[in-house]
Amino acid sequence: MSDSQTASAPAGAGDAVIDVRDVHYAVDGRPIFSGLDIQARRGLITAVMGPSGTGKTTLLRLITGQIYADRGLVSVFGRDVGTLGGTELYAMRQRMGMLFQNGALLTDIDVFENVAFPVREHTDLPEPLIRKLVLTKLEAVGLRGAAHLMPGELSGGMARRVALARAIVMDPEVLIYDEPFVGLDPISLGVILRLVKQMNDALKITSVVVSHDVQEISSIADYSYLLSEGRVVAAGTPAELARSDSATVRQFMTGAADGPVRFHYPAADYAAELLEASR
Amino acid sequence: MSAASKAGVMELVRKTGLTGLFFLRLLRACIPALARPRLIIAQIYNAGARSLIIIMLSGLFTGMVLGLQGYDLLNRFGATEALGTAAALALLKELGPVLTALLFAGRAGTALTSEIGLMRATDQLTAMEVMAVDPMRYVAAPRFLGGLIAVPLLTAVFNVIGLYGAQLIGVQLMGVDHGIFWAQTQSALALKDVTEGIVKSVVFGAVVSLIAVNEGYHAEPTAEGVGLATTRTVVASSVMTLLLDYVLTAAFM
Repeated sequence: MSDSQTASAPAGAGDAVIDVRDVHYAVDGRPIFSGLDIQARRGLITAVMGPSGTGKTTLLRLITGQIYADRGLVSVFGRDVGTLGGTELYAMRQRMGMLFQNGALLTDIDVFENVAFPVREHTDLPEPLIRKLVLTKLEAVGLRGAAHLMPGELSGGMARRVALARAIVMDPEVLIYDEPFVGLDPISLGVILRLVKQMNDALKITSVVVSHDVQEISSIADYSYLLSEGRVVAAGTPAELARSDSATVRQFMTGAADGPVRFHYPAADYAAELLEASR
Repeated sequence: MSAASKAGVMELVRKTGLTGLFFLRLLRACIPALARPRLIIAQIYNAGARSLIIIMLSGLFTGMVLGLQGYDLLNRFGATEALGTAAALALLKELGPVLTALLFAGRAGTALTSEIGLMRATDQLTAMEVMAVDPMRYVAAPRFLGGLIAVPLLTAVFNVIGLYGAQLIGVQLMGVDHGIFWAQTQSALALKDVTEGIVKSVVFGAVVSLIAVNEGYHAEPTAEGVGLATTRTVVASSVMTLLLDYVLTAAFM
């Protein structure tokens, strides 16, 4: 396992479908990434973990070309995302699927139409074929019976499963998950976890899962990156991370409140501030 | 000029420029959006048909007030037979387009802004972008075109109901001759008067829809941000409608 700023590539894996190299990115002068290196290999589940606020979602926005790196390379399918024009970017996105944290289902159309949405937009398939395709995907996530429901009628776990069906309906080569386990009850969480693994195994999809649910993601990931303060602080298989003697890794894996990642936000001296307030 | 005023002017110029650029992007997205008439028809229904009741009620009461005030004024000069002409001119040239645009901004414009703003806040627009679907084409352009088509149609409804309201008061209540009321209206109205009203309603429809879509599209993705954007839609639409009404009235003189 590597335990440095630069992660080593996972051994024995295929080529890197997503390659993030020495990426620097700042918002209003505040650095989010300073020298980030991450690779997602073909056919594997790559986990990106880290405390809240480390820019995990920002990384996904960089990969999907919603924002561009200030410096460094973000390459997807061998193409530099930063150099793609509008049409090329949309062509790249058609080969990807993304599961949003809240599902991001379109609220004015029902479950069936949500899943059919990308197919209708990008193909001229006849209606009976679209119907078969959508029902197949809904069956895969166990929600064929909910096809007629509106998004507002779904629970959080159901909405995420519908969003997963929508993400795979165009048979993407890469699936990106943004915090797929947040706010789910244990049953829904188990269902989503199994689905992520099944999608990867059955469809041979390259998966990138951004999450801070260490136990859950470690049970299915082939390779994990741990981010902190804008860079990779550890990388390796989940077993390697679990054995790590790095203080940062151990704090994150065991969920300790204090450690290299401080519990307290930087503040003035506590006693001095209380005395000041009582004057 | 103080620093604060300078900053205010700069902000106004910047916002106007951004709205102009957004308008150009919107126009470009309108061409492919026309290939999906189903989406535009849905928006004409949402923004237009669902505003019908408020437009009809407002038109009726505006016409009734015109009938009362017009009769009172014309009676002083012994010219009550001109009531139809006065009411028709006021409605076609001014009150119809302006009041319809203001009501549309309050009823449909705010709904457009909050709907698009919430789509932004709940990642629906981002999800479309990631699915390689341009939200300008799928969300913004159909709503803009829907408003652009709906406002002139609503204005026509407002005018017809308003004229009926004026006739109801003038003829049925005040006793103006029914035949004279309509004959005077028909003979005094010129095509130019009707054209002025149509041009105004199209321009107001475009401006109010543009402001509503633009504010929603660029709303800060929070509850407060969407609320503020909705307020800005009403304020900016109302001010722009009245300002452009003066400009267009002067142009038609």
